Amino acid sequence: MLSSTADHLFWMARSMERAENTARMLDVTYRMSLLKHSMDVFNEWRAMLSISGLHEEYETRYSEVTPTNVMHFMTLDEKNPGSIFSSINKARENARAVRGAITSEMWEALNHTWLEMRERQAQGISEDGISDFFEWVKERSHLSRGITYGTLLQDEAFHFLRLGTFLERADNTARILDVKYHVLLPSLADVGGAVDYYQWSALLRSVSSFEAYRKTYRDVITPMRVAELLVLRADMPRSLAACMQEVDRLVQQINGPRSGELSRCCGLLQAELRFGTVDGIFEKGLHEYLNEFLERIYELGDLINTTYFWPTDE
Amino acid sequence: MHSLFQAWHELCLGKAITLPSTDMKFIYDEMRDADGGVRTSYKNFANWLESTSLEVLARKRREADLAFHRVGITFAVYGEDNSGPERLIPFDIVPRIIGAHEWRQIEAGLRQRVKALNAFLHDVYHDQNIIKADRIPAQQILGNTQYRKEMLGVNVPGNIYAHIAGIDLVRAGEGEYYVLEDNLRTPSGVSYMLEDRKMMMRLFPELFSRQAIAPVEHYPDLLLDNLRSVAPDNESYPNVVVMTPGQFNSAYFEHAFLAQQMGVELVEGSDLFVHDDTVFMRTTHGPRRVHVIYRRIDDDFLDPLAFRKDSALGVPGLFSAYRAGRVTLANAVGTGIADDKAMYMHVPEMIRFYCDEEPILSNVPTHDLSKSQDLQYVLEHLSELVVKEVHGSGGYGMLVGPAASKEEIRLFREKIIAEPARYIAQPTLALSTCPTFVESGIAPRHIDLRPFVLSGKDITMVPGGLTRVALKDGSLVVNSSQGGGTKDTWVLEN
Repeated sequence: MLSSTADHLFWMARSMERAENTARMLDVTYRMSLLKHSMDVFNEWRAMLSISGLHEEYETRYSEVTPTNVMHFMTLDEKNPGSIFSSINKARENARAVRGAITSEMWEALNHTWLEMRERQAQGISEDGISDFFEWVKERSHLSRGITYGTLLQDEAFHFLRLGTFLERADNTARILDVKYHVLLPSLADVGGAVDYYQWSALLRSVSSFEAYRKTYRDVITPMRVAELLVLRADMPRSLAACMQEVDRLVQQINGPRSGELSRCCGLLQAELRFGTVDGIFEKGLHEYLNEFLERIYELGDLINTTYFWPTDE
Repeated sequence: MHSLFQAWHELCLGKAITLPSTDMKFIYDEMRDADGGVRTSYKNFANWLESTSLEVLARKRREADLAFHRVGITFAVYGEDNSGPERLIPFDIVPRIIGAHEWRQIEAGLRQRVKALNAFLHDVYHDQNIIKADRIPAQQILGNTQYRKEMLGVNVPGNIYAHIAGIDLVRAGEGEYYVLEDNLRTPSGVSYMLEDRKMMMRLFPELFSRQAIAPVEHYPDLLLDNLRSVAPDNESYPNVVVMTPGQFNSAYFEHAFLAQQMGVELVEGSDLFVHDDTVFMRTTHGPRRVHVIYRRIDDDFLDPLAFRKDSALGVPGLFSAYRAGRVTLANAVGTGIADDKAMYMHVPEMIRFYCDEEPILSNVPTHDLSKSQDLQYVLEHLSELVVKEVHGSGGYGMLVGPAASKEEIRLFREKIIAEPARYIAQPTLALSTCPTFVESGIAPRHIDLRPFVLSGKDITMVPGGLTRVALKDGSLVVNSSQGGGTKDTWVLEN
């Protein structure tokens, strides 16, 4: 496959996955903020910005952190490269560049998503339409993925698309899990209380894991178990372990002539997740652990780039 | 879609002079004869149309618009801020229908013409027999800016230069066909032909069961076979690619569409590189050789080492690999010499010279102003004629006699007298019309036809082609990006 095509496919899937997870992240933030547990009611929204790494971008254009501002910034703001609007646009532009490599159903669905995104942007999102908007983003992302599974030949194009999906999802689940850390910090007194319970359950719901938690543990929600579920359990579709297992498998399948270092790094990270323990994670500190994980995901992205998309020598 | 709409511009500006509506009866209508009777080829369709309400048609038309938007069949418009960067080319739901017998004539004419044009291209870059035989003045060929000296003595597989030719046809007078122009560089529009057919079958499946309409859907297969048949080194599994200037090109949709339909890679210059006079593409599994490039990029931009130095779209060393016979470019470099306006008037002579036959399809009668007799006539009849600059395009440097003021004619006369060889003149044709769905209902609108002729080991084409329709009534200047729509083209099988 053309290197440039692989690049577009990877980013097409990655951007759509990012749109979906941004909706999930906003959703959990929104739900937590409804609890108004702390003195500083805008705490969650500040956390949202720092977790997405978009703090500086935000401050250049908005004077203060308010729910309305952050919500607009993260959903419809076309100047914010990390907004849902921009992510969907990026997914569609990448798809447009490789229309020949994807099925027409995939393209039509994504193009339709983009056209509707533009309409929704023109209309704006009302307070009572927030949940509906997040649902819509998730559904469009599910649809894109479903059509990809249902129509695309499982060749290299398919592998690069999935590679984009799972690398991005690994990154995003780690960030979502970190939301709780940022939100909780100022109010440690709440640990174990009702607010704490609602926050953890909101977080689980945002990554579609609430029912899974119940089925797996049949017990109260504890931070250790949430971390175990979302980091180490390979049978949880959005967990770090599940994502890395998939990334590792895809990297083996693509197996280009210069993929040695990429293979090694993926295998190592995947093995650490497979054989890691939740005690080990908490010994290091969950926040520190997640930060290191995010750095390694970033390095993997870099390696994929130099191995497949922009090889330096011919 | 530059050339597609450039031709439209000329068509609407130069030749399709819309006569005042009272004169409509002098114009050939595709569907109805002079007495208002329905022509044989349209009988079936007319019955159906009669039994279908305008509301249903309007609904189908909206459905088509929506579907085209969703599929994203759009073209980019340059320099227009008001309507966003992507627009649809309007699709008209009334088909253009051609009878079986009529098409056989057209097809024979197209084969003959394209064969002669390819023979001419080989000749002018090799022995130049047509010049030696005094059939075309040497100066008009060798002094033409479209003549590529770099191509002298270069051999191309099968001696084919114009692998894909778009020959624009119009009907005038009593319905006789004329060739308006030959497009031998990167003719576009075939994706609209294919999408229009798909849309018609989706909207009106019942029409296709009523009568046998020749299929066109296999065009991408024909194209791929054709491109493979001209691969260098008798390669048995040649790697064919489509080369595009990029996604901001107005015809990008078509480039991507054709690559996908053929199942080949769509590449940009940056995906390719040349090593040892061999072209490779960069892939995830290392370099892979490329044998045939269906390029939708102009000669000038192909290779910064050989042509325009500032081209960022091209591939350094590509022309050298081409000259060495290591890669085939379709169309070949230098085909512009054969579709130039100055050469157009010589095509009938080419057919006589290379095929030893009389032309089956007529040219629009053209006055060569370098001949004193023609010049004399033209100067006396400027108010009835269309005068074009030989190398001009897109309606610039053109006089439309019937629409021009006395002052404009006077000024143009001076320009002609100063440099007569720079101009050709043609009569104003009343182009045929076809019923078309417009705001006020169904009304006649001018049309033309662009069949796509493929040349490789054989000459092949799908029946019909792309029918373009001028959607605005009574307007002389139709903006190229606003006034042109397309119709499905039916060739009946019996």
